[in-house]
Amino acid sequence: MCLGIPACVVELDACEPGLATVDVSGVRRDVSVALVEDPAAPLAKGDWVLVHVGFALARIDERQAQETLELLRQGLELERELEELRRTAEAAR
Amino acid sequence: MAEPRRRRPVLRDELVTLAHGAGGKATRDLVDALFLAELDNELLAPLGDSAVAPPVGGRLALTTDSYVVRPLSFPGGDIGELAVNGTVNDLAVAGARPLWLTVGFVLEEGLRVTTLREIVSSLARAARRAGVVVAAGDTKVVERGKADGLYVTSAGVGILDHDVELGPGRVVPGDRVLLSGTLADHGMAVMIARGDLKLEGDVESDTAPVHELAASLVGLGDAVRWMRDPTRGGLATALNELAAQAGVAVRIREQALPVAPAVAAACEILGIDPLYVANEGKLVAVVAEEAAGDALALLRASPLGERAAEIGVVEDEPAGMVLLDTALGGSRIVDLLVGDPLPRIC
Amino acid sequence: MRYVDEFRDPVLARSLAAELRSLVTPGEVVRVMEVCGGHTHAIYRHGLDELLPPEVELVHGPGCPVCVIPMGRVDDAIAIAETDGVTLATFGDMIRVPGGRDSLLQAQARGADVRVVYSPLDALELARGEPGRHVCFFAVGFETTAPATAITLLRAREEGVSNFSVFCNHVLIEPPLRAILETPGCAVDAFVGPGHVATVVGSDAFRFVPEEYGRPLVVSAFEPTDLLQSVALILRQLAQGRCEVENQYTRVVLPEGNTLALAAMAETLQLREDFEWRGLGVLPRSALGIRDELAAFDAERLFALPGRRLEDPKACSCGMVLTGRMKPWECRVFGTACTPERPLGTCMVSSEGACAAFFSYGRLRQPREEVTVGG
Repeated sequence: MCLGIPACVVELDACEPGLATVDVSGVRRDVSVALVEDPAAPLAKGDWVLVHVGFALARIDERQAQETLELLRQGLELERELEELRRTAEAAR
Repeated sequence: MAEPRRRRPVLRDELVTLAHGAGGKATRDLVDALFLAELDNELLAPLGDSAVAPPVGGRLALTTDSYVVRPLSFPGGDIGELAVNGTVNDLAVAGARPLWLTVGFVLEEGLRVTTLREIVSSLARAARRAGVVVAAGDTKVVERGKADGLYVTSAGVGILDHDVELGPGRVVPGDRVLLSGTLADHGMAVMIARGDLKLEGDVESDTAPVHELAASLVGLGDAVRWMRDPTRGGLATALNELAAQAGVAVRIREQALPVAPAVAAACEILGIDPLYVANEGKLVAVVAEEAAGDALALLRASPLGERAAEIGVVEDEPAGMVLLDTALGGSRIVDLLVGDPLPRIC
Repeated sequence: MRYVDEFRDPVLARSLAAELRSLVTPGEVVRVMEVCGGHTHAIYRHGLDELLPPEVELVHGPGCPVCVIPMGRVDDAIAIAETDGVTLATFGDMIRVPGGRDSLLQAQARGADVRVVYSPLDALELARGEPGRHVCFFAVGFETTAPATAITLLRAREEGVSNFSVFCNHVLIEPPLRAILETPGCAVDAFVGPGHVATVVGSDAFRFVPEEYGRPLVVSAFEPTDLLQSVALILRQLAQGRCEVENQYTRVVLPEGNTLALAAMAETLQLREDFEWRGLGVLPRSALGIRDELAAFDAERLFALPGRRLEDPKACSCGMVLTGRMKPWECRVFGTACTPERPLGTCMVSSEGACAAFFSYGRLRQPREEVTVGG
């Protein structure tokens, strides 16, 4: 139920309409894009989708992914600053 | 008096039939026109009931394996190559120099002769590459539907021309575990090649003879303790067997394990753990701590060992178990496999 | 692998784990349930539970759609597979799950035609390619997987494939969550919400958890840093006295979910009155069957199935483990009579089951000392 992997759309309308070829690090499979079609914003080569049991279940939002990473990294940055402060305080004693 | 030049018969049959297995003329023609044409050598040519080899000095190693892979041919190799490399590798990791192989074929009625010829040709090429002689062979034909194309059993004889004792009994805590290259290539290549999963990818079987890699390690003398080729069941199975037989713990590091990107991707898509997937051109070795650096250098000096890595260490406790230190600094057990690794959705 | 490796960064993960330590009150245990089997697997695979401060206790929930299939339903699938001229196509997960007598794998050894597929579309293609046989797809999974079955049914109908059917065992996420929350003595303080179910149903679908039961829920992605961040978000909610649904998996999950997927499900599947969940008993309105208009593809209408209800052995404590009232190692038969190779109950049946995951990956862990407040 949970195994979903991000994959890059490399070919639209593969052997039939409604299918796209996606790629993960050099491994390719045709998946159905019936669940992520949007006539207002058609799927394009280079888009990333989440693949589950041969279906693209959702499009991956690059900006949101970056934001999440930013939040994660902020924590890291903060911790490094704290560590730096601690070390400076130690040295000062 | 000059011997009349023997011409090999020409095989006109398109398909293998039950007649080819009956032992009569059709069999003779098949052996002559196909098997001997590819495999011809001094030991095999007389086609006696047994091949008689010259005497050798030294302990002998013997092994046998059956090959039932489907499809018969896949990116990176075919069943013919597997039949040679698999058996050569079993000898090699026992510390033996592979000398002779025998091959037994069970052919399915209806197998295309061209397919058979390709496989035997492949087998012959692999034998030449590994420096082994196919000394004896056998062919049987079974009814359509009973053999998946063809099955091969190969037995091998090698010689240990040194005194190094290899075995789980020699492994002690502190020893290092080395792996000669990337994991899971063969198993994933075959899984993809079967076509049922409808994946395509840059994944190739790693089938190769590792006898030279093994021999180079044996050159380290007593510092090399144990070797194995991690085939069916993958590295996890080989290490679990070691841990159980040696009564030690084996702790490996996730970040040290080499896995090719496409193989890693295929495993992620299918929910399969590369630790349990077959390798056909790799060896895993346990060496004394002080020799690990040299051993690694020896492996890396060979084209087959470019991605060789030190992947773990032998410990006292918990005896009989294999543990993995994750990239995150946690750990988990690498348990014994229960059944084939299968694609998951969960 | 993009969108995977970045979220597996060990340095980020370790720093997050450190941050968690500053978010707990020493000695105060917080019980966090991760519902989804995929989360359980990720936790053990990466050894995440060892990175958490001892005050955070993970409780593994019932989000394993393979585990909750009753033995009787597995027997029904076996019966379909053993029918002459029928091929049963199934996900790999189900192959070794035991029914009352044995599993699909063993049925295959006895001559049943069982094929592992990666996608229901592949099962449909099998049917197209073998007009002489009937292909039945054994559909399992939560709302994550139901849309795939739905689209496959629509295609089968569109193309007029007459030798194809689906044995539908899709289950819904809300009923077992409610069952857990309504269990007397439910000691779960917060939930890590199933990210891929939420991809379909939307993060808003989980608002009932904070709004009706007062527990925070964070919809989480599946990589180590995602899980750790989700736990951090939970701890912050608890510390700040907030109680709401938060979406950590914003790169994929929307509040409203996937409307196309939900529409496909509505068009092809209907709510069953009730459904038996192994380990949880019969839950009303908790599973999906095939709509009457698509009866031609409904295996339950095409085949005469044994339809037996089989009880778990008396020694089985899965109900307690599933609802977080018992830990795997506290079960009398854990690791002895009940192992992944010979599972007695649902928690051991699939590699994501709480007991199976713990047994296979983590059984060397010392059970955490019960950290009590006030001694």
